Amino acid sequence: MALIKFLKPKNQLEEGGRTSAPVQRDDGEPEKNCPNCHKDIPISRLWANDLVCPCGYHFRVKARQRIQMITDKDSFYEMYSGLKSDNPLNFPGYKNKIKTVRKASGEEEAVICGVATIGRKKCCLFVMEPYFMMGSMGSAVGEKITALFEYGIEQRLPVIGFTVSGGARMQEGLLSLMQMAKTSAAVKRHSDAGLLYIAVLTDPTTGGVSASFAMEADIILAEPGATVGFAGARVIEQTTRKSLPKGFQKSEFVLEHGFIDSIVPRTGQKRYLAELLKLHDGRAIL
Amino acid sequence: MKDAAYERVKLARDNHRPTGLDYIKNIFQGFMEFHGDRCYSDDPAIVGGIATLGKNPVTVIAIEKGHTAKERSYRNFGAPHPEGYRKALRLMKQAEKFGRPIICFIDTSGAYCGVGAEERGQGQAIAENLMEMSTLCVPVISILIGEGGSGGALALAVADRVWMLQNAVYSVISPEGCASILWKDSGKAETAAASLKLTAEDAKSLGVIERILSEKELGKKEFYDRIRTLLVKEIKTLTNDFDLVGNRYNRFRSLGVSAVVKE
Repeated sequence: MALIKFLKPKNQLEEGGRTSAPVQRDDGEPEKNCPNCHKDIPISRLWANDLVCPCGYHFRVKARQRIQMITDKDSFYEMYSGLKSDNPLNFPGYKNKIKTVRKASGEEEAVICGVATIGRKKCCLFVMEPYFMMGSMGSAVGEKITALFEYGIEQRLPVIGFTVSGGARMQEGLLSLMQMAKTSAAVKRHSDAGLLYIAVLTDPTTGGVSASFAMEADIILAEPGATVGFAGARVIEQTTRKSLPKGFQKSEFVLEHGFIDSIVPRTGQKRYLAELLKLHDGRAIL
Repeated sequence: MKDAAYERVKLARDNHRPTGLDYIKNIFQGFMEFHGDRCYSDDPAIVGGIATLGKNPVTVIAIEKGHTAKERSYRNFGAPHPEGYRKALRLMKQAEKFGRPIICFIDTSGAYCGVGAEERGQGQAIAENLMEMSTLCVPVISILIGEGGSGGALALAVADRVWMLQNAVYSVISPEGCASILWKDSGKAETAAASLKLTAEDAKSLGVIERILSEKELGKKEFYDRIRTLLVKEIKTLTNDFDLVGNRYNRFRSLGVSAVVKE
């Protein structure tokens, strides 16, 4: 069996803030400053290392870049790409906001779904988009993820999901909240059909997504230093008026408290997922 | 109209409203409370046990806010910890085993935000309830009696029927939270309340709830009698539903579909 290398959780990662600008090949700037080690890293070097700084800091990745990193070359087939949220509540400012976001991100919605092979094993894949309202879950995100699990049941395929989200999209009100129940019910059906679901939690996975499909997988993995939690740290600090423990809500902290299976650095994820898919291939012996 | 929604929020939060235990005591007979999640502790913010409704045993679960200052502090103002949700799920699974219908009363500003709640997996606890409730093979009716605060309320509301008191509210985020995030001004809570569509009428028109319960004679015998009659009738209907779990799936499956457009 292939040896999978685990990186020791690095506590210094927990202190670093996250950059907001996406790192892209055509950025035109030769270097990117790492918020953790504060060194300027050449973009090409970051790219060669899946946007992980030599110090171990994981930069945020656009969903399509992540799909390229994780799937076998040209194996990804996108599904439900035309689905997007309308403005069901006529929420003030939402129409303009989403228009701007769509233009800036080049995506219609905060999740990309489809099928792909990873290590030549076929699976359903959803990847949330940090540069689309921080992966906020509205009706379309819920619909796409639900439909993907249903497709997984129909085709008897495992589902792998990369989560990144600030939570439910408040501009769609109760309908966003209901997506938590809707996706959870679909995950349950998929699970009851004896199928595998692996979630990979990336920075940040919080709010309604952490209280639904992110935490419902058979195997829950996380990237190093990712924020994983239900309530926002600032809200907790304001409510309780206590200072928070060191490393609070970082994936290492959540692992220590027993809520995730393993922390897998990005550079080893493809191999790790391929291995898991292989180990779950074929029927259990009854 | 803006004020109207925020007025409802104030009414829903009013300390003088009947709380979960008032409903339990006045609608059911012989309530026996069961404690603890069998993992960590007993959360006083959620009360649960068995009781008789009409002639049949049912499992009853309620988020309890308390009335007096002392009670409210003991009940953590109705903000449950993960162990509260795990207790609720334990009691629901018990109900399923013995074929008892489940009735939940919901009244919370939200699941508690605190260090301990995060350390013990608030998100995971809610997620597990959502998942497990979706396939319970006994009838589940949830009634929002005051505040329906986001995931903390939904964790007891994956039901066959969701009802709301006339002045209860149900929302993805508090109007204050929404205003401070979107407009950096919690003073705009009134505008946020109106925009969030959180009243019982809004929830009904969005298809999120089935019924609005009148607050005529709120807290009086007639009020509770009326709810009891409705519950007995609805449970009978649901008991005869041969595809209870499938219909519950479809109920949630359809929510938000009309808000999605296809290119």
